[in-house]
Amino acid sequence: MNMMSEAAVEKALDQKMSEVSYKMIGKDVSVYYGEKRALFDVNLNVRENTVTALIGPSGCGKSTFLRTLNRMNDTIENCRVTGKITLDTDDIYDANIDVVELRARVGMVFQKPNPFPKSIYENISYGPRIHGLARNKADMDQIVEASLQRAGLWTEVKDRLHESGTGLSGGQQQRLCIARAVAVSPEVILMDEPCSALDPIATAKVEELIHELRANYTIVIVTHSMQQAARVSQRTAMFHLGNLVEENDTDKMFTNPDDQRTQDYIMGRFG
Amino acid sequence: MASTHILSAYDDELKYLSRRISEMGGLAEQMCSDAVRALVNADSALAQKVISDDVILDHAEREIGDKAIVTIARRQPVATDLREIVGSLRIASDLERVGDLGKNTAKRVIAVQGTGVPRKLARGLEHLSDLALVQLKDVLDVYATRSAEKAEAIRSRDEEIDAMYTSLFRELLTYMMEDPRNITTCTHLLFCAKNIERIGDHATNIAETIYYMTTGAQPEGDRPKDDSSNTLGAITE
Repeated sequence: MNMMSEAAVEKALDQKMSEVSYKMIGKDVSVYYGEKRALFDVNLNVRENTVTALIGPSGCGKSTFLRTLNRMNDTIENCRVTGKITLDTDDIYDANIDVVELRARVGMVFQKPNPFPKSIYENISYGPRIHGLARNKADMDQIVEASLQRAGLWTEVKDRLHESGTGLSGGQQQRLCIARAVAVSPEVILMDEPCSALDPIATAKVEELIHELRANYTIVIVTHSMQQAARVSQRTAMFHLGNLVEENDTDKMFTNPDDQRTQDYIMGRFG
Repeated sequence: MASTHILSAYDDELKYLSRRISEMGGLAEQMCSDAVRALVNADSALAQKVISDDVILDHAEREIGDKAIVTIARRQPVATDLREIVGSLRIASDLERVGDLGKNTAKRVIAVQGTGVPRKLARGLEHLSDLALVQLKDVLDVYATRSAEKAEAIRSRDEEIDAMYTSLFRELLTYMMEDPRNITTCTHLLFCAKNIERIGDHATNIAETIYYMTTGAQPEGDRPKDDSSNTLGAITE
């Protein structure tokens, strides 16, 4: 009995995870860009320590939904969000919420690697510094190293921490951005097509990283690659025309989805 | 299939698999029916043809396997597509086994040729083979329509074949007990009967595979069985 296989342990872990509370809860979330409605009453709960993949054709609202989770939509003029989104128990659209603090708790990695045109070290230390997370230089060194370790980049850059971040390869830059997101100890990491500008090897490294980060963070990833969703996530949510079509275990989603639209989309068919 | 893939080459690959399975099914069916006919009519030329046809079936199974592997590698199929391809692999292997069973029956034609098959036994074997071949033919028709309900119906019909096989088994035992000179022929016929009964089992396997391909779920409950030959004669004496 105690000789549980690795798969059984993983399954038990997943089971346990599915019992724990949701990290973020989206209730009747609608988004309008001016007159145009981009999301229609989406109810989607994000499980803790789980990778949730958002899939769907272009313009389906998956990125829009992702961006509501740390109020990135605030920066877009005319954008209006209705419904309720909570992080743990905090309503993130509450007037008393400090958006800067929210974005430290809910970090984001973008499609195109966007390191600051500064040194690798400064790319990582910037966040902790503005949030006052390090008391002294030694503290900061420690945060920088730990973040780069977590992002699987440490051994590659430890001898050139003071060279420019923009001098790294695309894949390294993206992992640098992940390290930067991790440096402020977020609870949730949002990723908007983090691998679409990377080659397969760099993609594999980032995917491996996502898999490892799951132990400490809750991850929501938007991806156009269905295979990537299948590879990295435990839960998959399918969006279509601004509606959430189906949210299910990834295993189920890619073997026997409930909704015909999901089926058609993941199989590359049209009805 | 209601919808088609955006990539038409993908559809072509799936259609190819489906077509080859149907062809295999047709050939396997023909081989089995020829084998029994050869047995009953002591037709060694026909038996020889069955034996040589098996090569074609083996070859087809390998081709389906190769194509399925390439399709999986290139298309990364999911959901229905994935089940369809895995199903093709399973069905191809069942049909290949059916061909082997037909071939084995054909080989025995030569062994029993000198003695001839008693009329009554021949009729029993023919009847058993009719049942098994109807089962096989029906399951191949269901494959063409991918109907889960029909697949389930076929699955529950295997019982009849099992019952018929048990009765034939009993009859062969009786012949052997009547006259030891019958033993050689009857033993061969017993194997033939077993072969035919196994064809029914493979048809049932195929029905279960079709059910899975269509629904994504395994058919519920044990398959019905009425084969009591494995305990026959155990209590006597």
